[in-house]
Amino acid sequence: MADVKKIATRESYGNALKELGAAHEDLVVLDADLAGATKTGVFRKAFPERHIDCGIAEANMICVAAGLATTGLVPFASSFAMFAAGRAFEQVRNSIGYPHLNVKIGATHGGISVGEDGASHQCCEDFALMRAIPGMVVMNPADDVEARACVRAAYEYRGPVYMRFGRAACPVFHGEDFRFEIGRGEQLTEGDDVAIIATGILVAEALEAARDLAEIGISARVINICTIKPLDEEIVLKAARECGKVITCEEHSIIGGLGEAVCSLLSERCPTPVRRIGVNDVFGHSGPAAALLKQFGLSAEHIVEVAKEFVSK
Amino acid sequence: MTSEEKQRLAATACRVRMGVIEATHGAKAGHPGGSLSAADVFTYLYFKEMNIDPAEPRADGRDRFVLSKGHTAPGLYAALANRGFFPVDDLPTLRHIDSYLQGHPNMHTVPGVDMSTGSLGQGISVAMGMAEGAKLQGRDFRVYTLLGDGEIQEGQVWEALMFGAHYKLDNLCVIIDNNNLQIDGKVSDVMSPYPIVDKLRAFGYQVQEIDGHDFDQMEAAFDAARATKGKPSAIVMKTIKGKGVSYMENQVGWHGKAPNDEEYRIAMDELRAQLAEVEAN
Repeated sequence: MADVKKIATRESYGNALKELGAAHEDLVVLDADLAGATKTGVFRKAFPERHIDCGIAEANMICVAAGLATTGLVPFASSFAMFAAGRAFEQVRNSIGYPHLNVKIGATHGGISVGEDGASHQCCEDFALMRAIPGMVVMNPADDVEARACVRAAYEYRGPVYMRFGRAACPVFHGEDFRFEIGRGEQLTEGDDVAIIATGILVAEALEAARDLAEIGISARVINICTIKPLDEEIVLKAARECGKVITCEEHSIIGGLGEAVCSLLSERCPTPVRRIGVNDVFGHSGPAAALLKQFGLSAEHIVEVAKEFVSK
Repeated sequence: MTSEEKQRLAATACRVRMGVIEATHGAKAGHPGGSLSAADVFTYLYFKEMNIDPAEPRADGRDRFVLSKGHTAPGLYAALANRGFFPVDDLPTLRHIDSYLQGHPNMHTVPGVDMSTGSLGQGISVAMGMAEGAKLQGRDFRVYTLLGDGEIQEGQVWEALMFGAHYKLDNLCVIIDNNNLQIDGKVSDVMSPYPIVDKLRAFGYQVQEIDGHDFDQMEAAFDAARATKGKPSAIVMKTIKGKGVSYMENQVGWHGKAPNDEEYRIAMDELRAQLAEVEAN
């Protein structure tokens, strides 16, 4: 995939906000001293009067966003996933989730692909935390096109939304004609030996794995799940029924994320063997993103290995 | 303020205190102490200071109030009910299963409640957001938020205070109910936040310290807050926890405990006597 265009979805977040900001005067963006890193800096430059820097105070930022929403504005509160979902969890739960306010949380630097900063900044628990809040929409776009569509959809949607974006550049595989809908999964390849249900940057890896698997006679159905909650149950159930085996892939702990969401659904509605690929209940560490992803098994190669073993059973 | 007006406020405050007792007795739980220490400021805000209309609790241009110390919901509910947002007779359903009067304020079930609160330290930040929202949109409503003096031990409160001064939120008034008691004892013994006034001044606030049971002082303080431009205001109210019920006054044990039937009877008798005295003057 050497000639494929690569863009970090945090860039998509900033660009989409700038584009939306031009069309919608009620859109405001909040940051906690990370506008350069969350890429909301482009919005700040274009609309300085609608950018609110809260300083290094995420708890306050989340609740300020809630207050802004009560006045009819549509706030996008931005920080790293570790701080937006982690540090400010209880603020999100009580001041956004419980009153179901129209706040959008843009969490960049999710997962271990944060890289060199190491474990303190590699949030692999955000899906688990955010999924557990009633009424919270949780999205994790897979590439630039989907990320921008996701931000637009979040703006149009009335209610709390959590969006995770990545730090590292990742391949763009959607065309500009891609149509996005909150809560709708996307089947990317035909296949009935195994279903690979992936989210975020693991979708591109799953596509690469499917190509490699096809070469050895295994047909894999790749499904992209951007909206982890509410989960597209139909696409998952159909894949489970038609493939009989399911692999989930996410740059998140195997506890509480997409893998568990899929397992919960399948165990109740369509018991199916599942293999979960994710961060195996360990902390990350420093290193280049690509090397870390490989080391933690969040790669096409590892998906191929798991699929080969799984299908042969 | 005319003496008639002051008398009316004093009588209303007695009724608000009765509402607190009715609610917590009916709930067999809840927080009477801090509701009673703040009963006078609840009364002043909803019967004098704030631009609100019980017929239109969600009116766009209304002033907003955020009860950051959300556990004193019985006091807020009693003020709202007496102001006509919902029937006073509903107060004893507080905390009952399926009652709209949730244990802590819920903006979607209780008419007149502007924000759901309960987890300490968050309401003040929400109030900051409301005030900033008004500024961004060029709207002229004012925002009030009430905190406990124990609550200001939460670090988030100081994040919020920084925000208010930084963004020059002169449409915001932070009120601190300084009754000097929290669950574990005296605020000054548990984890002293003092000197509160000096700290607020250092954070960039126009600060006034007043007797939180004196309507003349409240009027002067809220008028001065409204007249302050370019910086937010804070009013530190020296109060008595449990104010108005003899056996609850300054007793830490009445932070989060309901009166039993006998205690209810005594409290209501005392408050009825206070009301009769106010009305006789």
